[in-house]
Amino acid sequence: MASRARQWTDQNVEEWIGNLLRVGMTLAAAVVLLGGGIYLLRHGRATPQYHVFRGEPTDLRSISGIVKEALAFQGRGLIQLGLLLLIATPVARVAFSVAAFARERDRLYVVVTLIVLAVLVYSLAGGHL
Amino acid sequence: MNIFEFTLLVGASGLLAGFVGSLTGLGGGIIITPLLALALGVDIRYAIGAALVSVIATSSGAAAAYVREGFSNIRIGMFLEIATTLGAVGGAMLAARISTGAISIIFGLVLLYSAYASSRRRHEGVGDCRPDPLATRMKMNGSYPTPDGPKSYCPQAVPAGFSLMFGAGILSGLLGIGSGAVKVIAMDQAMGLPFKVSTTTSNFMIGVTAAASAGLYLARGYIDPGLAMPVMLGVVAGSVAGARVLPYAKTRWLRLVFGFVIVVMAIEMIYHGLTGRL
Repeated sequence: MASRARQWTDQNVEEWIGNLLRVGMTLAAAVVLLGGGIYLLRHGRATPQYHVFRGEPTDLRSISGIVKEALAFQGRGLIQLGLLLLIATPVARVAFSVAAFARERDRLYVVVTLIVLAVLVYSLAGGHL
Repeated sequence: MNIFEFTLLVGASGLLAGFVGSLTGLGGGIIITPLLALALGVDIRYAIGAALVSVIATSSGAAAAYVREGFSNIRIGMFLEIATTLGAVGGAMLAARISTGAISIIFGLVLLYSAYASSRRRHEGVGDCRPDPLATRMKMNGSYPTPDGPKSYCPQAVPAGFSLMFGAGILSGLLGIGSGAVKVIAMDQAMGLPFKVSTTTSNFMIGVTAAASAGLYLARGYIDPGLAMPVMLGVVAGSVAGARVLPYAKTRWLRLVFGFVIVVMAIEMIYHGLTGRL
């Protein structure tokens, strides 16, 4: 009896999570590489200035700004988008776990996982919630 | 030096940090920040932002490999992540309020402790154990594969583990590291988990913990794409290479040599923090 519940065993969930992490990582690295190539082609000859801290321009700090820069095919914007995908990968993992625990009808762990997800979303929103 | 050469140099540093981090078990994140700050003169805030990103990358990469082998305990990991993520958000907020000198002193101390902890032999918990009522209610008891078939374990002292994890989260958010050493104390020593289980579960948690502070670092402008790009790619490539070489390496000698280098870096961080040069 290959029931639905059986397809959602812990083992299965672990395999799904493994795949999710692998795909997220690969996608993020590919976008970062693409952005890095464009950035180096355009700015490779300039002088780096990392000994003084100035902070990033506002467009490279927020999700909407990063998406705008990336769509304009700016190297730095694309790298930042890749990094955002990288940060989003564990967040997606946690969101997926909420669904997995809900399927297992494990109410305690649905709550536990939702708390973790809330903290992550708060941080991704830049602390403005 | 132009940006192209600088990027190559940072990428090479990332490669080295990832390689050494994976061979010594310290993790690349804790090694790349002193390398960038001390050797390349990068402002420590930029260095921490870039390191944090590489920590997420190595954790996701390693967790993807481990999770299938059935060592990591998702329930224990998820429950303790409440503590580490809250701690990480607190740590990231703290990072904006204290001086870079203080951050570099704390960094040096944590680096020293981590080097000490990784050099010690870890002892395996006893086989037969009495299930802890709280851990049982939280469904944390589990089993893991061994050559003699599955072996069961039952976590103890959940509140103590949870509190230590909060501390690990603060350090992770403050310093942009995975805090593997503190996570291991919480799970090996306080909760009495077998070390295969604690190592893989800790690795599994590191990415989520780092993601909890990364959003705040990004919003504050600490994550520079030009720096984070070669750091992340270098550290990931270095860790993968390290993990490949590990089974064949003469780790005793490697650990001794790298341990010495790491202690020197830690002392430099503390010294520079005290003299206000970082």
